[in-house]
Amino acid sequence: MEITLAHYLSVAAILFALGLFGIFLNRKNVIIILMSIELMLLAVNINFVAFSTHLHDLVGQVFAIFILTVAAAEAAIGLAILVVYYRNRGSIAVEDINMMKG
Amino acid sequence: MEAAVVFLPLLGAFLAGLFGFVLRDKGSMLVTCLLLTLSAALSWYLFFDVIWGNGPRTVQLLSWVQVDKFSFDWVLRVDQLTAVMLVVVTTVSSVVHWYSIGYMHHDKSIPRFFSYLSFFTFFMLMLVTADNLIQMFFGWEGVGLCSYLLIGFWFDKPSANAAAIKAFVVNRVGDFGFALGIFGVFVLFGSVGFTEIFAAAGSKKDATLVFLDVEFHALTILCLLLFIGAMGKSAQLGLHTWLPDAMEGPTPVSALIHAATMVTAGVFMVCRLSPLFEYSETALAVVTIVGGSTAFFAATVGLTQTDIKRVIAYSTCSQLGYMFFAAGVSAYGAAMFHLFTHAFFKALLFLGSGCVIHAMSDEQDMRKMGGIRKMVPITYIYMWIGSLALAGIGIPGLGGFAGFHSKDVILESAWAAHSFVGQYAFWLGMLAAMMTAFYSWRLLFLTFHGEARCDEKTLAHVHESPASMWLPLTVLAAGAVVAGYIGHDAFVGGGMKEFWGASIFTHETHKALENAHHVPLWVKLAPLVVGLVGIFIAYMFYIKDTSLPGKCAARFKTLYEISYNKWYFDELYDRIFVKPAFVLGRHLWKSGDGAIIDGVGPDGIAALTQRFSRMASALQSGYVYHYAFAMLIGLVGLVSWYIYGGLSG
Repeated sequence: MEITLAHYLSVAAILFALGLFGIFLNRKNVIIILMSIELMLLAVNINFVAFSTHLHDLVGQVFAIFILTVAAAEAAIGLAILVVYYRNRGSIAVEDINMMKG
Repeated sequence: MEAAVVFLPLLGAFLAGLFGFVLRDKGSMLVTCLLLTLSAALSWYLFFDVIWGNGPRTVQLLSWVQVDKFSFDWVLRVDQLTAVMLVVVTTVSSVVHWYSIGYMHHDKSIPRFFSYLSFFTFFMLMLVTADNLIQMFFGWEGVGLCSYLLIGFWFDKPSANAAAIKAFVVNRVGDFGFALGIFGVFVLFGSVGFTEIFAAAGSKKDATLVFLDVEFHALTILCLLLFIGAMGKSAQLGLHTWLPDAMEGPTPVSALIHAATMVTAGVFMVCRLSPLFEYSETALAVVTIVGGSTAFFAATVGLTQTDIKRVIAYSTCSQLGYMFFAAGVSAYGAAMFHLFTHAFFKALLFLGSGCVIHAMSDEQDMRKMGGIRKMVPITYIYMWIGSLALAGIGIPGLGGFAGFHSKDVILESAWAAHSFVGQYAFWLGMLAAMMTAFYSWRLLFLTFHGEARCDEKTLAHVHESPASMWLPLTVLAAGAVVAGYIGHDAFVGGGMKEFWGASIFTHETHKALENAHHVPLWVKLAPLVVGLVGIFIAYMFYIKDTSLPGKCAARFKTLYEISYNKWYFDELYDRIFVKPAFVLGRHLWKSGDGAIIDGVGPDGIAALTQRFSRMASALQSGYVYHYAFAMLIGLVGLVSWYIYGGLSG
């Protein structure tokens, strides 16, 4: 069986959906939300790389590298925020983070 | 000068009312008193000038309304009738002003009081100098307003507020009639100016007005409507209920407004409109019957009241009845004569009772007075003079106190009218005269004679009023003694024609006043005799045998109850008008205003907004993943719309 573009895209879509549901359904921990975001970024990366090979255009892979960098930075910042938040509030449970409630 | 008489009080009211904080108590008092005294002096000069000097005149002040045929101006009409009213109003008013300096000296808002008093005087002068019905109505409403303000002067007393509102509302009933009368006059005559109306009255005597397909004699209808206005202002039977309650106001106010001036406006109005009334026998008969009934009714109520001011208030009501039936039998001169003398002695009685109340530490119940004549000799003498004048005591052929001349000529005119209504008024008036004497002396005996029935503290505090209070009374006392004797010839005697000039019109068939001088001797003597009988009965009841009143009350319990409860007029009106009005008002308020207007309007919209905002705020859970989910749904929605909707569109 030849592995076509559709397969790559399907995997990416599944990953993306996983990340998405990880955000919505997770009621426990903010770290899991960060992980889910990483997952979604990776799904997008797979799309970039798949299209890059399919269209024989290297720009996509260059972008994938960029995204990895940004994702790393984002994770670092996110975790840093979490640490500070934990120091301030003593909890990083999702239920407790509802100061925006109207 | 005519304008000065009218506008000096307004200036006083303006200064005291708006600059009271600068002038302080003393300044406001002085300014209003001096201006009014000046006005009084000028009006006396004017009185002599108009009647025995340069004659009647009109003074054009300003143009007022010019709409097609409907045009009238601000004009001061000073004829004989007005001149008489001018001196009555300004004299009594200035006396009351001076008296108030002593009476109100411990009050908190003196500038306001004096401002109202002067303001009232201005409106009253406006009323009597009016040259057209609209201007008269202006003064008419103005005095009503000032009466309201002054009755409710002590606005922290709920009873004073209630009395003020009652006076205002009852007067509205009368004013409604008055206003309709004015409209009718304009429809009939095409003008509201007195000169035009009076000139055309004779030619319209057979005119008819069609209302609801029924034809009415126009002048009768108009006169009756105007008379309803007069009834309201002059507290005649049916619309009298406000006057006794008006005694909640300060005593000087009762003397000025509710005895001497405002309540006589109705009598003045009927006399002023004599050219209209003279052409309607029916209207005159109604005036006579209402007047006679009121004289009798109010006198019966006066017999049993215990509040010193209420007795005098009912007495006022009764005397106004006399004036009206005098006007009703076309004896306008007699009505004005009684108005003139009554102003003096009734103001004297009121201010005298004010001195009594002052002496008794604000006690008004006569059952708690008694035996104070030695302690307040001056007040005692003045009250005697006032009562003698009110009861009409004098020596036939020689002369007597004020009421002796004016009341007798009224009764004689009623008898001399030789008509059924005249006889009706005469006999009721005779009974009323006896009762008048009785309750006047009952008042004197209960207040000044016998044993003191007040507590020791009050008794120890009883004192004669200061000179600032009894000195002004001297003017009124002098009037009460000599006004009748001096005025008799001019007002109703031989000098009558010359005195009144063209200001009063009498139909040539109405000769009651001329015939009054040729009545049988017993008619001439009867008022004096019944007056003396009344005094004698009062003496028996309250000096000789003080157990008699109680026995009498027990013997004629029903009659006593009816009199004591003022013939149940207040209860009747309460049942018929006040309660239903309250029910209707409550209903309109609760279901009309509250449920419909507020419910659908402001309250409804506010509630709706609140409900929706609560729903909207429920969306803001504060959880990030809810927002993220909403974003996703939105994104999916947008993308699907772009793909499917965008492709097809």
